[in-house]
Amino acid sequence: MTQAQNAALETTPLNDLHVSLGAKMVPFAGYAMPVQYKLGVLKEHLHTRAAAGLFDVSHMGQVALRGDGVAAALESLVPGDMQGLAPGRMRYTMFTNDRGGILDDLIVTNAGDHYAVVVNAACKTEDIAHLRAGLPGGIDVEVLEDRALIALQGPRAAAVLQRHVDAKLDAMPFMTAVQAAVKGVDCGLTRSGYTGEDGFEISVPSEHAAALAAALLEETDVEAIGLGARDSLRLEAGLCLYGHDIDATTTPVEAALTWSIGKRRREEGGFPGDAVVRRQLRDGVDRVRVGLRPDDRTPAREGARLTDDAGADIGVVTSGGFGPTVGGPVAMGYVQTQYSEIGTAVTAIVRGRPLRERIVKMPFVPANYFRG
Amino acid sequence: MSNIRYSEDHEWITVDGDIGTVGISNFAQEQLGDVVFVELPDIGKTVSQDTEAAVVESVKAASEIYAPVTGDVVEVNEALVDEPGAVNGDPLGGGWFFKIKLADPAQLDALMDEAAYLEFVKQQG
Repeated sequence: MTQAQNAALETTPLNDLHVSLGAKMVPFAGYAMPVQYKLGVLKEHLHTRAAAGLFDVSHMGQVALRGDGVAAALESLVPGDMQGLAPGRMRYTMFTNDRGGILDDLIVTNAGDHYAVVVNAACKTEDIAHLRAGLPGGIDVEVLEDRALIALQGPRAAAVLQRHVDAKLDAMPFMTAVQAAVKGVDCGLTRSGYTGEDGFEISVPSEHAAALAAALLEETDVEAIGLGARDSLRLEAGLCLYGHDIDATTTPVEAALTWSIGKRRREEGGFPGDAVVRRQLRDGVDRVRVGLRPDDRTPAREGARLTDDAGADIGVVTSGGFGPTVGGPVAMGYVQTQYSEIGTAVTAIVRGRPLRERIVKMPFVPANYFRG
Repeated sequence: MSNIRYSEDHEWITVDGDIGTVGISNFAQEQLGDVVFVELPDIGKTVSQDTEAAVVESVKAASEIYAPVTGDVVEVNEALVDEPGAVNGDPLGGGWFFKIKLADPAQLDALMDEAAYLEFVKQQG
C-alpha cells in the first residue's frame, strides 16, 4: 500500500488492534482492512472451523429504520418477506432493480422498536441513498456511524461468548437477535455470520469495540481472522460475494437464492423487477449459479470460462480458489441451465488449458448452524 | 549454497555443471502465503529467461514462476504435486520446482548473489 492510498482510506475502530497483532493491511472498499494476521490465511481458516475466529466487519454499513409501516415499506425495495419477520428474527434478502438484478444483498433484523439492516461496505453509500429515496418520508433512515461490527465465528464461539454476555445463548437459534450487555456494554447481538459456522455478530459502540475485541482475543479458543480466510470460509459455505457471484445483472432466481423469497412475495410481487423474477420462477432461467469442483487439484478462479465438450462457452466462474477444509479447489459460477444438474461434467479454461470440472452441491462443507 | 543466484522476480537458481535447480526465495514464499498447488513445466520444454515456466497457487492467488535463465527442463519436483506446502516449509531445499539445462551460463552473471538479493528485498519492503 502506498502512502497516498493509506491517506485516502478510512479505518475501523479496531485499526490499532490489527496493526498491533501484525496484520497485513490492504485497501478494501475504501477501508484499510486486515487481509491476514501472523497465522496466515490457511491456518486462520482452519482455526475458525475448529474453534473460533474473530473478524472485524466494521466496514459494513449498519442502518436503523424506524417508523410506522417500516416492514411494508421495505418490501417495496426487497423481495424478502419483511412483514412476516417476527421480532428478534433476521432474514437474508437483496435490493433489486427494475430488471430483477441485485443491487446489493443484505441482512434485515426485526429489532422490535426498529429494523436493523447490514449492507456491504462497497455498496453502502448507494444503499443508503437507495433507502432514503425509496422509503416514504415517514420512515427514518439512520446510519449507525458510531458502531463497530465484530463477528465471532466457529464451533467454540458460543461457549466463548457466553462468558462475556448476559444473554442466554442457548436460547438463541441461528438468525435470531437480541439486545444484550457484552462486557457490560449494550450491544446488538445476532446469531449469524458468513462462514457456514455457528457464530455471532456484535454491533458495539465504537469506543468499546477495541476493548471487547481484545477481551475475546484473550480467550485461548479465539484467533483474529482476516479477509483472506473470510473469503475462503464463505466460499466453502456456498455463500455469495456481492460484485462477484451476484451483481446488478444477476437475478435472485439465476443466483439460486429463490429460497430467500417467501411464498407471499412470490405471489404478490411488489418489489423492483417483480415481473422478471416471477416470470423466471414460473418459466425457469437460462443460467443458474452452481458449485464446481475439478477432477484434479488445479483451482479455477474468478473469470475462468466454462465450456462444453465442443469448446463452446456455457458459463463463467465467479469465485474460486482452494478450500482449506475441503482440502482441494472449490468454485462457484454460472452455467446454462441444461448443464446445471449435479454431476454434470463441464470444462473450465485455466491458463488456456481445459480442466475437467463437475457440477456439485453447495455448500462444499456442511453448514454448522445452531438450530436450538 | 554459495553459488545461489536470484532474479528480480524472486526465483533462485543453483548450478551444478550445466544443470541449474530453480525455486522461489524465502521472501517470495512469505509474500505468497500458504502454497496449495503447483503446476510444473513439462520435461523437455524449452523455457526462455524471464518467461513463465511454472505456476504456483497460494490461498490468495495464482502466480507465475519465471525461468531465471534460458534452457531445457530436464527434471521437475513431482513431490510438490502432493506436498505443495514444501514451497513454504523448505523454499531453498525440498521446495525446488524444476531443473534446467542451461543454454547460456553467462546469463547467470546478471543475476544477484545472496547479499545483493537480500539488499534488493530490503529496498522492496
